[in-house]
Amino acid sequence: MNLRAIAAIYRYEMDRTRRTILQSVVAPVISTALYFVVFGAAIGGHMGAVGGVPYGAFIVPGLMMMSLLTQSISNASFGIYFPRFVGTFYEQLSAPISVVEIVTAYVGAAATKSVMLGLIILATAALFTPLSVQHPFWMLGFLVLTAVTFSLFGFAIGIWADNFEKLQLMPMLVVTPLAFLGGSFYSIDMLPPFWRSVSLFNPVVYLISGFRWSFFGTSDVNIVVSLAMTLGFMVACLAIIGWMFRTGYRLKA
Amino acid sequence: MSTILSISDLSKTYDGGFTALHPLNLDIARGEIFALLGPNGAGKTTLISIICGLVNASTGRVSVDGHDSITGFRKARAQIGLVPQELATESFETVWATVSFSRGLFGKPPNPALIEKILRDLSLWDKKDNRILTLSGGMKRRVMIAKALSHEPRILFLDEPTAGVDVDLRRDMWRLVRRLKDAGVTIILTTHYIEEAEEMADRIGVINRGRLMLVEEKDALMRNLGRKQVTVTLASQLGALPARLAERGVRLGDDGRALTWIYEPARVRAGMPGLLADIAAEGLTVADIDTRRSSLEDIFVDLVKGAQ
Ligand SMILES: Nc1ncnc2c1ncn2[C@@H]1O[C@H](COP(=O)(O)OP(=O)(O)OP(=O)(O)O)[C@@H](O)[C@H]1O
Ligand SMILES: [Mg+2]
Repeated sequence: MNLRAIAAIYRYEMDRTRRTILQSVVAPVISTALYFVVFGAAIGGHMGAVGGVPYGAFIVPGLMMMSLLTQSISNASFGIYFPRFVGTFYEQLSAPISVVEIVTAYVGAAATKSVMLGLIILATAALFTPLSVQHPFWMLGFLVLTAVTFSLFGFAIGIWADNFEKLQLMPMLVVTPLAFLGGSFYSIDMLPPFWRSVSLFNPVVYLISGFRWSFFGTSDVNIVVSLAMTLGFMVACLAIIGWMFRTGYRLKA
Repeated sequence: MSTILSISDLSKTYDGGFTALHPLNLDIARGEIFALLGPNGAGKTTLISIICGLVNASTGRVSVDGHDSITGFRKARAQIGLVPQELATESFETVWATVSFSRGLFGKPPNPALIEKILRDLSLWDKKDNRILTLSGGMKRRVMIAKALSHEPRILFLDEPTAGVDVDLRRDMWRLVRRLKDAGVTIILTTHYIEEAEEMADRIGVINRGRLMLVEEKDALMRNLGRKQVTVTLASQLGALPARLAERGVRLGDDGRALTWIYEPARVRAGMPGLLADIAAEGLTVADIDTRRSSLEDIFVDLVKGAQ
């Protein structure tokens, strides 16, 4: 195991975050605050409690998840895409490091950022609405698992993308809509039966639902199913990345 | 000769179907400076990229000090430093940070004293805290060299290290390469400047259209293929070339005064003295004599032209 290489890449990626603190941290916090003002304070005031949870608090897990998904993907995809784009990735390819080490370093750094961001959003949210977390251990567990899984997904996108548009495409076209329709702002129990069934095909529903359970002890779907879905997606991403490095897909001619 | 790098049957056909490298065999000796010469598109970068792990080979294998470059990639790559042809650097990192990063990437423990020495050797020390984007192109190239040296490679690949580099830096680079060689580092460089190969290399390989045309000790190459050209300027104009001289292959210049003769010192018995005797026998008076050894450049051009 080339631990020094992992440390070098990890440190480099974290330095990059420090340099771009504005777009990495401040921007998502501001946008979350805006969601709270609009949905929590303005609209939420007219909404009843959902499953016994006040609406302002109800949207917190969903909002955290939404940021976690988009930020994990964009952090990880950019982290690997950029050195490929400017040509400095030759060094990583020529270095005595294995795929596992490269992925650990890049995905670890991206996931670290996302988890930190999630916690910052949680702290921001606590300023707007009273909150308590029933299962803090599980909450952290879901946070880390989701951050790692979607950082892996982002990493794969960063290898797949051969231009900046494609880099944006997946998060914008797929992830944001799925996150929006994943029950961030509502319980899928509120939907008519047909749409409820459709929603069950949206993987984000399981993420948000499980995460919400760790806060309030209630959820739309079984927590075990939530975990299984997330783990399944993680394994799929790992398999794709493994294949990409084995064949040199878009990494080596 | 102890071999540090062994390339066998290595070939590359790119995805589009273009064969950039035909099966190629080459052994590099420990501690030598090997210059790879060839025109644009010959396959030099492709060959280096395969050895360093940037490009997948289509066939064949590479062994670095006994370690297969695929199955033993860790041990193989740990010994290799690469300075690629294209300038590619970070922008916002400092020189110090990016060079230290490279050392970590290759699994070496931090060694600030060594990095200081490398930066000083490359005249980058006063720029160590500058962000890379504030450096000039030549300085960025030095940064790339510093990165490659930061992990103390035993084999160094320099892919056109002196392209777009001023005379001073080129001299610096040559000095550095010699110092590295003295320290036992094996160096493989590609260049378009034949003088560079002539000046530095122990052995020279000429590659053209993906085929290694020739690999030879530089000195032997110069001796065997190197020819001399002598130009004899006569005191007075000559109407026609005397038969005796024409038989030798001497040519008469348009001005009627310059006789040129190209000869291969190893093969021609009489050589210069014979020519001068012939000229004297014709009763001609010599005003000036100029001899020139053909350079590697002439050899190279002949080889590449000959193949077309
Ligand atoms: N990724 C690629 N896909 C397809 N063809 C490629 C690729 N890279 C290089 N080639 C082709 O392979 C041939 C050899 O290229 P290579 O870069 O190895 O040449 P070179 O000898 O380094 O040339 P130069 O002196 O210009 O650097 C060229 O014809 C080039 O167009
Ligand atoms: Mg080249």
